[in-house]
Amino acid sequence: MSVRRLDPNQPESFAFTPENAAWAETVIARYPEGRARSAVIPLLWRAQEQAGGWLPEAAIRHVADMLGMAPIRALEIATFYTMFQLSPVGEKAHVQVCGTTPCLLRGAEELKAVCKRRIHEHPHRRSTDGAFSWEEVECLGACVNAPMVQIGADTYEDLTPERLEKILDAFARGETPTPGPQVDRQFSAPAGGPTTLTELDYEAMARDYAARAGEAAPSAPEAHAATAGQAVASLAEASAAGAVAAAMADPPAGEDADEPANAGEGAGEGEGERASEDEGTRPVGLAAPRDGKPDDLKKISGIGPKLEGLLNELGIYHYDQIAAWNDENAAWVDNYLAFKGRIEREDWIGQAKTLAAGGETAFSARYEGGEAPAKEEAE
Amino acid sequence: MLADKDRIFRNLYGLHDWRLAGARARGAWDGTRALLEMGHDAIVEEIKNSGLRGRGGAGFPTGLKWSFMPKEVGERPHYLVINADESEPGTCKDREIMRHDPHILIEGALVAAFAMRAHTAYIYIRGEFIRERERLEAAIAEAYEARLIGKNNIHGWDFDLHVHHGAGAYICGEETALLESLEGKKGQPRLKPPFPANCGLYGAPTTVNNVESIAVAPEILRRGAAWFASLGRPNNTGTKLFCISGHVERPCTVEEEMGIPLRELLERHAGGVRGGWDNLLAVIPGGSSVPLVPAAQCQDLTMDFDALAKVKSGLGTAAVIVMDKSTDIVKAIARLSYFYKHESCGQCTPCREGTGWMWRVLTRMAEGRAEREEIDMLWDVTRQVEGHTICALGDAAAWPVQGLLRHFRSEIEARIAARQAERGARASAEAAE
Repeated sequence: MSVRRLDPNQPESFAFTPENAAWAETVIARYPEGRARSAVIPLLWRAQEQAGGWLPEAAIRHVADMLGMAPIRALEIATFYTMFQLSPVGEKAHVQVCGTTPCLLRGAEELKAVCKRRIHEHPHRRSTDGAFSWEEVECLGACVNAPMVQIGADTYEDLTPERLEKILDAFARGETPTPGPQVDRQFSAPAGGPTTLTELDYEAMARDYAARAGEAAPSAPEAHAATAGQAVASLAEASAAGAVAAAMADPPAGEDADEPANAGEGAGEGEGERASEDEGTRPVGLAAPRDGKPDDLKKISGIGPKLEGLLNELGIYHYDQIAAWNDENAAWVDNYLAFKGRIEREDWIGQAKTLAAGGETAFSARYEGGEAPAKEEAE
Repeated sequence: MLADKDRIFRNLYGLHDWRLAGARARGAWDGTRALLEMGHDAIVEEIKNSGLRGRGGAGFPTGLKWSFMPKEVGERPHYLVINADESEPGTCKDREIMRHDPHILIEGALVAAFAMRAHTAYIYIRGEFIRERERLEAAIAEAYEARLIGKNNIHGWDFDLHVHHGAGAYICGEETALLESLEGKKGQPRLKPPFPANCGLYGAPTTVNNVESIAVAPEILRRGAAWFASLGRPNNTGTKLFCISGHVERPCTVEEEMGIPLRELLERHAGGVRGGWDNLLAVIPGGSSVPLVPAAQCQDLTMDFDALAKVKSGLGTAAVIVMDKSTDIVKAIARLSYFYKHESCGQCTPCREGTGWMWRVLTRMAEGRAEREEIDMLWDVTRQVEGHTICALGDAAAWPVQGLLRHFRSEIEARIAARQAERGARASAEAAE
């Protein structure tokens, strides 16, 4: 806890500007009827902004009146929450230096020394020209960019004392320096560049999405709904189609695991052709799993219970079925499941080929092991 | 090492578009309606099966927490409250989600609210995160605009999502203090029971979840509980955002697999300990509230709930604060004690008085201005604070001090001895004059 008192010098009155008063109404509307009091922190915060960065007593009373609260209840809020400044702050900048251990370890004390020297020996006191004030605050939640300060709404991170001096110089000139990390780095990524998220093809994702959004004109959200709806509506139809195709696609029971050749390229093409004759691009399905024993499709990375269920309803129960899909089949299923692009992106067909051949993928090994997933696997 | 394709936070570093179109291209809002069609209870079941444990520090199973909500909506509406009051020293992960990938949080909020039959959710974001709040509000506006949320949205579940902010109080990260604050009061924790699932926000059934827990939910449902459970180790599944701060070459936030060895985490992503692995003094592995782990125990340490509990520490928020041999360890922990003193809400005497007491004694000890007997007395005080308060802030204040005394008692003793020797020498010198 800290002792916080109202400033001895207080302005006579305070009232929200018409814009702020209107804004306050929208905030109050976020809460259920009779719960206007919930808005007290946002309103006090807006009052502090309007009053020039600190909260006069008149503003606290004004907000209490608006919300139908006893003034003491609003006063409690203003003194409990330490972001409410109870005395005037620097006109150009109020510097909040994070002093908690992660920043301490990386030099927060030197930043405090700069503030003491340039602004005032004591926190919460203004510099002689009234332009600056400072305080030490508790963890501001930018610990991997320590040490840091917050000035107004912005954070200045990865600071050195020299850099902080330059930032204060800029504020003194009335400028707002560029916030964020003050060294060459991308937000919270390690300096020198990210060690992760380097393998994903973001451009392809964007292209995929553009294609999806484009083909589903007029507008993306509606198209999205239509695709999802269609997927559900066509489930019954799909199981019926699966039954028709079952006889053709059904190899002798029990052989799928023993005959890797079935899952090979030749077999794949053959089945694909048959499928396109019968069903256009819809892949051939089975009425029921062979031998009553479906493969665990969840071993394919990207397929969860939900998708497994949908695939089963399409008559897809076995790895070799997926392994045998051609591009058109994949495209059809992709579209049907409304998860477009995923089959290719996650290489279901390749994974299924491996699994159908009795092999295991890095994912399936971990899935099966469950207990002891391979850590060293590199994909 | 976790493969990129298994990472959930694909725009962690803000290199790509945070807006709706960018988020959708990266997979957000992909078939969300189909996820909701699983049904309320099936979603809860799937989250349970994934083994997801809350990412806010306590590690309580998320699915189980969701299942505590009443199955029928009675007179009072259900609420989901998302805890974005990220203030635990060392922790800066939710910030990255909110400013760089806000849509996955919004989608998660819809899915979680649906699972718990809530039509309204509040995101309580700490007051200092002003830019993050603006970003989140902009993203929510986009989601309303695209009718992804709101009344009569395309997902068929009316859902309102509001951002509410605090004004600088660590204690509001405690779920009942957060609810008090959201109701417009001082953030002073409530006695439990009743638990929020029965009597939470405005006395209605409420679940409070951390940002990261909510944000990973849609991806878990899309890819299946088995996928998430296949990552990490049993009872410690999935991926986790780690924040690596302190004395490493290149501090960073990174998404990794649960159970990654500490050394690998530091060396692969953060450039290793400053001055090399042998220069390590200690780490605080899970944010300021967990006891430190000395270097001797770090060699084979893995980063998950159970492994860290075995060394009497914890995963907490997975905020790894690294301290090399140049660290004044007593001062570093004393600064944490100051933090807890500053942030105690003042409601319970053991915490209000104890946190100040611990800070003052530790500050003296850092300079050797203490007696040896006071070390045991300090230990005693930590034990009297721990477990004797309404909320866990008392425990959180006691544990770092306990960790220090457990592993660096000799350091404190040496400082006291050195100071006494110095005073003795001065006294005899004065006597000689």
